[in-house]
Amino acid sequence: MANYVGERVKRTEDPRLIKGLAHYVDDIRLPDTLHVAFVRSQYAHARIISIDISEALNAPCVVAVYTGKDVAKIGPVPCASALPGLKVPDYRVLAQDKVYFVGHPIAAVVARDAYAARDALDLVVVDYDDLPAVVDVEAAAKGGPVIYEDFGDNIAYKLTAGEGDIDAALAASDHVLKQRIVHQRLAPIAMEGRGVLARYFPGEEELTVWSSTQIPHLLRTQLALMIGIPENKLRVITPEVGGGFGSKLNVYAEEAMLGWISMQLAKPVKWIEGRRENIQGTIHGRGQVGYVETGCQNDGTITGLRYDVFADLGAYLQLLTPAIPTLTGLMLSGSYKIPAIQINVTGCFTNKMSTDAYRGAGRPEATYVVERAMDLVAAELGMDPAEVRRKNFPAADEFPFHTATGLDYDSGNYQGALDKAQAIIGYAALREEQKKARADGRLLGIGISTYVEICALGPSQAMPAGGWESATVRIEPTGKVTILTGASPHGQGQETSFAQIAADELGVDLNDVTVIHGDTGIVQYGIGTFGSRATAVGGTAVFIAIQKLKEKAHKIAAHILKTEAAHIAFAGGRFARAAAAATTEASVPVVPVGESPAGAIPEPETEGKSSLTIQEVALAAHIARELPPDTEPGLSATYFFEPKNFTFPFGTHIVVVEIDKETGDIKFLRYVAVDDCGKVINPMLVDGQLHGGIVQSLGQALFEEVVYDDQGQLVTGSLMDYALPRAMHIPWLELDRTETPSPVNPLGVKGVGEAGTIGATPAIVGAIVDALSPFGVKHLDMPVKPEAIWRILNA
Amino acid sequence: MKRAISMSVNGVSYQHEVEPRLLLVHYLRDVLGLTGTHIGCETSLCGACTIFVDGQAIKSCTMLAVQADGAEITTIEGLMKNGELHPMQEGFWERHGLQCGYCTPGMIMAATQIIDRNANPSREEIRHGLEGNLCRCTGYQHIVEAVEWAAKKSAM
Repeated sequence: MANYVGERVKRTEDPRLIKGLAHYVDDIRLPDTLHVAFVRSQYAHARIISIDISEALNAPCVVAVYTGKDVAKIGPVPCASALPGLKVPDYRVLAQDKVYFVGHPIAAVVARDAYAARDALDLVVVDYDDLPAVVDVEAAAKGGPVIYEDFGDNIAYKLTAGEGDIDAALAASDHVLKQRIVHQRLAPIAMEGRGVLARYFPGEEELTVWSSTQIPHLLRTQLALMIGIPENKLRVITPEVGGGFGSKLNVYAEEAMLGWISMQLAKPVKWIEGRRENIQGTIHGRGQVGYVETGCQNDGTITGLRYDVFADLGAYLQLLTPAIPTLTGLMLSGSYKIPAIQINVTGCFTNKMSTDAYRGAGRPEATYVVERAMDLVAAELGMDPAEVRRKNFPAADEFPFHTATGLDYDSGNYQGALDKAQAIIGYAALREEQKKARADGRLLGIGISTYVEICALGPSQAMPAGGWESATVRIEPTGKVTILTGASPHGQGQETSFAQIAADELGVDLNDVTVIHGDTGIVQYGIGTFGSRATAVGGTAVFIAIQKLKEKAHKIAAHILKTEAAHIAFAGGRFARAAAAATTEASVPVVPVGESPAGAIPEPETEGKSSLTIQEVALAAHIARELPPDTEPGLSATYFFEPKNFTFPFGTHIVVVEIDKETGDIKFLRYVAVDDCGKVINPMLVDGQLHGGIVQSLGQALFEEVVYDDQGQLVTGSLMDYALPRAMHIPWLELDRTETPSPVNPLGVKGVGEAGTIGATPAIVGAIVDALSPFGVKHLDMPVKPEAIWRILNA
Repeated sequence: MKRAISMSVNGVSYQHEVEPRLLLVHYLRDVLGLTGTHIGCETSLCGACTIFVDGQAIKSCTMLAVQADGAEITTIEGLMKNGELHPMQEGFWERHGLQCGYCTPGMIMAATQIIDRNANPSREEIRHGLEGNLCRCTGYQHIVEAVEWAAKKSAM
C-alpha cells in the first residue's frame, strides 16, 4: 500500500471544481426562492429621521420590506471576546435610530426576483440627519465627537501586557529607536463574497441555513440564540466556499436576517453579497497605527521592545474584533530573545466597518513591527540585517522557548532557515553585487524577514469558544472510509490531506476515503477552519480517532482469527497472526458501489483465514455475528482533540528588488522563502498556501488599502479602486523548507495557512527601504507606491 | 418588453424571451442553470465570469443576454469533450492551479484562450494573458505552471 503522507497527491476536491459542477451558495436552486436585498447607509454617521417603505412595498414582485423596528426580537450580532472593561455596543441586525458606518444595513427588501429586489432598494426613502464622523483612529482616541454617547468616549478598551521591566530595559540600552508604524486597513476580498440561503420548514419547525462561512457549528449556535430557534432545529450547511481568509470567520447580521425572514414567510430566501457590499459590509483586516520603541546595545543585542498601538476597531464589534490586537501583543517577541516587552493597546471605535480576523489576524502586524525594528537597529548600528537577527535568535536547543509575551514556542531552528535561505540566494555575493550596483547608480535593495507565527489555534483556555477540533472516522460495511471533520476547509485541500492521513493509517486506497465537512446535520460539533488550525488540530483529531477505531478493529480481528490480540499485528491494512504477517493471501477487494452481488450486503468470508483486512473487519463488525463479548457493533470512532499548546511555524524570506530611478517603479529580482511548518502532509498544498499567503502580503506591501475620506465615505468601494495583486505583479517565488516537527501533536504538523501573509510583508518593504537607503530612507508606510518613491527620488 | 433571443450554448440551441437588461451571466446561470460561470465583481475586473462568445473570451457580467443573440457560446461546462477533461482543466488539476475554485472556471477559460492564440507562451506571456483574471488563493504561480502544462500537453 502506498505511503500517501508526505507525497504530492493531487486533490480529490478538484474534479468538480474544474468542471464547473461544484455548488457554492448561489448555485443552489430551490423552488419558489425569494430574493433579499439590503438598503445600506450612505452616511458614516447619521440619525435616521424616518424610513418610508410604502413605495417599495407596492413595487412589482416585492413581498416584504423590513426595517429596524420589525427585527427587535432578533438578538444582537455577537462579539465573542471578553476583555476586561470592554465596551460592547448593541449591534442590532438592522439599524435602529442611527447609522454608524457606510454600508450599515437599514432595511431588507424581499422580492420574487433578484432584479426586482434591487430595483425596490431605490424606492425605500431614508431621511437622515448627518452627524460628524469619527474616521482617524488616533483622533478617535484623543476626543472630539463621540460615537456612543453612553460610553463617554470612543475608547472600547485599553490593555497592557508583557513581561520584564520595559522602562528599565530601555533606560539601560545604548540606543532606543522609535518609529511610527501604520498597518493600513485591508479588505479580505474572497473571490466569492458572502451569501446565504435559508429555508424554513413550518411543519417540522426546522430551519436550514446555507452560508458561505468558515464556522458552520459556531454559526449554528449563535444563529439559534439570535433568532430564538432551538439549536437542534437549525441546520447550517456550508457548501463550496469561495475563499474566506478570515472574512467568513464571523457571524453576520445578514445570516440572522435571512433565517428570520424565511421563518416569517415560510419560503426559501436568498441573499448574495455584491462586491460593493462586500467591501462596505464584510469585515476588514489590520487597521493599526502604532509606535514602536526598540532598545539595543552597540553589539546588536535587543534589550527591550515597547509598542503603543491604536487599533481601529470600526463602529461595531464583530465576533473577534477586539481580540485581534491581543494576538499582535502575543507575537511581539518575533523569533528573538527580548527580555522585556510591553504592548499598550487602545482599541477605538470609528465610523467604519469593523476590523476582525483577516489572514494572519494580528500576527502580520506584530511581525511587521518586530522585523522593521530589526532593520532599524541594523541601519543604526551599521550591521547587516541578517546578522542582527542571527545575534538575537534563541538557539535550536533552547526550545520550548519562553517569550516575554508569555508564550512558550514549541520547537524551532531559526538559524537553520536563515542559513538555508542565505545559501539559496547567495547572500554574500548578493551584497557584493549591491555594492557594485550602487556604485553604478542602480537602486538595488535586499529585504529579510525571519518570522515566527502562532498557529493551530488553539488550547481552549486561550480561545473564546473552544479551541479543540473533532473527527469521526468510520468504515462502512462495503469497506469505504468516511471521515467527518469539524474543521470546515474552504480551499485548503483537507479533503485530500485528511484522506492521505487516513489511507496511510488504515492501509486503504486513497480513493476509498471520503472526507465530509461543513454540515451540522451530518457532522459532530466542530470549531472550524481559521488560524492555521485545520490540519494541526483537526487532522490530529482524525489521526487519533483512527487509532481508536483500529484498537476496536484489532479486538474484533483477534476474535475472528481465534487468537489473542497480542498475537496479531496490523500492517498494510491487514490484521495478521504474527507468524503469518508476511502472508501473500489475496486481499478481498472492496465492493465497488453498485456492483455488490445482487445488491445484497456480502457475507463476511472469515472462516479459516489467517489474516483479515480492516475492511473485512468492518463488514464483520456490521454483520455483528462474530463479535467478542461486550463489543458494540459497527466500526466507528469519534475523537475531540484538545491541543496542549499552540504551534509556532517560522521561516526566512529574502527579497531582492530594483527601483526604477525614473519612475519609482518596483521590480522584483528574486524572492526566496524557506518556511518551516513542521511535518508536511502534502508538499504541493503547502506550496500553494505559501504562494497565496505571500501574494496577499505583497498586496498589502504594494497595493491594497481601504480608504475612507474624512467624512467616512468609502473611497475604495469596488475592485476598480481597491487594487489587488494580479498575475503579472508577482515574482517567481523560490520556495524551500526546513522541517522541525511540532511536539504538540502526534502528526508533528504546525500549520501553514497564514505563514506567507505573516512573513513576507516586512521582507518586501525592507527591500524597498534598503534600495532607497542611499537617500537616507529608514522606513516607508504601506502600501509603498511608486509615486511615494518618485517623490523621494525627486525631493 | 421582453425580447426573443436564441443562442447556442455548449452546442445546444436555446430560445428564450428575456428582459433586455438581463445580464448574459444571469441568463446562463439562472435561465439555463449553468452555474459553473461565477460572478466575482460585477465590474469586469475579476474575470470569474469569463466565457467564450463566438470563440472570444469575454466577461459575461458586463454583457447583456440580448447582445449575445445568435452567438455561439462555450462555458466551463462545455469544455470537456467526449467525457475527457480539456488539457487546461487537467493542467489545473495536475499543477494545483486552484484552491477555493471560485475563480477557476473563468481562469481556465481565459487560460484556454491564451494557448489557443499562442501554442507555446512564455511565463511572462502567460502572466500578461491572465491580467484580467483575479485569484485570491493561489498567488498565480501554480496557475502559470498549469497553463505551461496544458500548452505542452496540447502540443503533443
